[in-house]
Amino acid sequence: MPIYRAHVLVCNGTGCASNHAGAVTGKIKSELERQHLADEVLIVPTGCHGMCEMGPVVVVYPEGTFYCRVTEEDVPKLVEEHLLKGRPLESLMYKGKETVAVPHYRDIPFYGKQNRIALQNCGYINPENIEEYISRDGYVGLARALGGMTPQQVIDEVKKSGLRGRGGGGFPTGTKWSFCASSPGPEKYVICNADEGDPGAFMDRSILEGDPHAVIEGMTIGAYAMGANEGYVYCRAEYPLAIIRLRQAIEKAEEYGLLGENIFNSGFGFNLHIKEGAGAFVCGEETALMASIEGQRGMPRPRPPFPAVSGLWAKPSNINNVETWANVPQILSRGGDWYAAMGTEKSRGTKVFALTGKVRHTGLVEVPMGIRLREIIYDIGGGILNDKEFKAVQIGGPSGGCLTQEHLDTPITYESLPPLGAIMGSGGLVVMDEENCMVDIARFFLEFTQRESCGKCTPCREGTKQMLLLLEKICSGKGEMKDIDLLEELGNMVKNMSLCGLGQTAPNPVLTTLRYFRHEYEAHIREQRCPAGACQALLSFTIKQDACKKCGLCAKNCPVHCIPGSRTEGYVIDAEKCIKCGTCFTKCPFNAVLKG
Amino acid sequence: MNLSAEEMRKKVLEILAPWRDRRGGLIPVLQALQGLMGYVAEPAVRIVSEELKIPMSEIYGVATFYAQFHLTPRGRHVIRVCRGTACHVRGSLKILDAVKEQTGCAENATTEDLQFSLEPVACLGACGLAPVMLVDDQTFGRLTPDGVSAILAQFV
Ligand SMILES: Cc1cc2nc3c(=O)[nH]c(=O)nc-3n(C[C@H](O)[C@H](O)[C@H](O)COP(=O)(O)O)c2cc1C
Ligand code: FES
Repeated sequence: MPIYRAHVLVCNGTGCASNHAGAVTGKIKSELERQHLADEVLIVPTGCHGMCEMGPVVVVYPEGTFYCRVTEEDVPKLVEEHLLKGRPLESLMYKGKETVAVPHYRDIPFYGKQNRIALQNCGYINPENIEEYISRDGYVGLARALGGMTPQQVIDEVKKSGLRGRGGGGFPTGTKWSFCASSPGPEKYVICNADEGDPGAFMDRSILEGDPHAVIEGMTIGAYAMGANEGYVYCRAEYPLAIIRLRQAIEKAEEYGLLGENIFNSGFGFNLHIKEGAGAFVCGEETALMASIEGQRGMPRPRPPFPAVSGLWAKPSNINNVETWANVPQILSRGGDWYAAMGTEKSRGTKVFALTGKVRHTGLVEVPMGIRLREIIYDIGGGILNDKEFKAVQIGGPSGGCLTQEHLDTPITYESLPPLGAIMGSGGLVVMDEENCMVDIARFFLEFTQRESCGKCTPCREGTKQMLLLLEKICSGKGEMKDIDLLEELGNMVKNMSLCGLGQTAPNPVLTTLRYFRHEYEAHIREQRCPAGACQALLSFTIKQDACKKCGLCAKNCPVHCIPGSRTEGYVIDAEKCIKCGTCFTKCPFNAVLKG
Repeated sequence: MNLSAEEMRKKVLEILAPWRDRRGGLIPVLQALQGLMGYVAEPAVRIVSEELKIPMSEIYGVATFYAQFHLTPRGRHVIRVCRGTACHVRGSLKILDAVKEQTGCAENATTEDLQFSLEPVACLGACGLAPVMLVDDQTFGRLTPDGVSAILAQFV
């Protein structure tokens, strides 16, 4: 292999790619050629670094200099200064609140508290190059498992690690494997759940795009432990890049003898297939997912029988989430004790969170279990966007709940969240500020779950619909106080009586906002007022006359011409005709339009 | 794509070939059909039904269950505006409104000239850049309602 004196890592994850990382890569290539550096400097397209907000991200090694928001125009200077003259370019480095340039990856607060295990390779290696994966101890775990461990020993190692399912439920992975392993029969399946339905979470996507071999290796180890020779990755069709990377990785692994017949001469063989989802949230539920692989409508069925007994094609099957599988290779190569040393007593190891919403640094973060929300939002995420007031954080997606200020110091574990009405879920963390209305958020989630309900069971199909209608009524200012009680009653009914996890958890966003933000519901009903100013039907706009400079921009931009007046007399909004679009509010340069 | 009945039959049979004696083929077959014609067209469904011995009702049961399948022709450009949580809290509804206004296209519909189809989607997995939309296979992030028209102008 040729030796290069420097490596330029360019993020090619979906986030950076949509910020023209492809063009930046092309420009770096042509600039390196122009400066005759092409033989000395290697460009490595990598997976996601996690800090998507700051993309496109470029990291130059050996120094580990982290450049962000790199544009095509920046490239000539970057190549000339850093790669030709050896002077890191301060103007492109990350700057925190203090506006001092931070040259190194590890010194950036966003990465400081992270402990990247499942994401260890994301952003470091070229996901299309199996050798890079191998050079970072890839396939060592599989070699250990197949080279001397019995299936039972592999399961024991996973049990020892304390790993729990990262897809939402948090079921102990080793225990789940032992169920499937003890089911009799020569034909068994292992499945990877890459349906990633939680809108607002994208860790599974990043792992598949940035480190597909970790998932393949994890599944092969699991297949050996449970005695399966066939596996499926069920990936949502909205993730085309993940599917491409995974397909390439499978081909490479086959070529290297790491998939297929007689792996490592152990006599054990394993084949892996990809199934593309077709757009249905409920297919993330394990029994629905298997129905979908079989080519049917993806509707859940009652359990038992559990998949470990009768799953895909009625054979014993085991399904785990992408992140769960991605942890397995290192548990085998470094040992279950090493993994168990991280996190808390009952929630071991690390968890990847997708930090999004009104936070300064959105992106993917991997932190030890037991970390506090405050550390994630303020230390890693850099606090609230535009220095606004923190209001709530939604954890666990449509199945989860909204937590408030008072929960910022609660350690996040599988056990700590349910008593508060939330769940860990897949790890989506959507931060909200004073401008987000909690009734609107509850309505938003119900709209989602109601649409995605498969319709098989009545409580979920009809209950979510009625709850949504009530929430819409409240958001439009037509609510009555008794609607709150009705929402609570319906919520508990849907929760207790639905067939699958979708319905059983769908009311959570409503019930938690009712619990912690009841006053907002009451303001909508009693005062016909949306305290956050988000529910359009309840808004009113007025012009504060002493702040108005009579510039006339509001009147000029009003789409329904309802701001009569003149540059000498000033302007008044005609509330009768106003459609509450908010254009005047955004256009006024003097903040003289009041929203309330 | 406009295919003659003859050509279509040939292509559909090609798509079916690997699934004649394998299980679980219906969804991949429908995906391939849609890839070929842009939507799941009835004449093609008829061929699938006859050849794979699956009742039409079952095929339509599956095709209507999944959001991905379309039973009518779609626009030359498909605009997918993300309505996921991360995008919602950063104002994706305003983006959706702007797109509707610019294209004159309703949600889950196609313009009469078949230029655009507009489909709100749950999450595009680029939540870090919210609000996000996808036009065909190009992702656009950190959108503002004012910025929408410049993006759409690239597609007319
Ligand atoms: C409505 C619904 C949607 C789900 N969506 C997903 C999903 O997108 N990804 C996932 O890994 N698990 C999802 N799950 C959880 C799975 O049913 C299953 O518990 C999980 O894949 C098991 O893997 P784990 O033990 O590794 O977490 C969902 C469950 C329900 C009820
Ligand atoms: S919520 Fe919009 S991309 Fe995820």
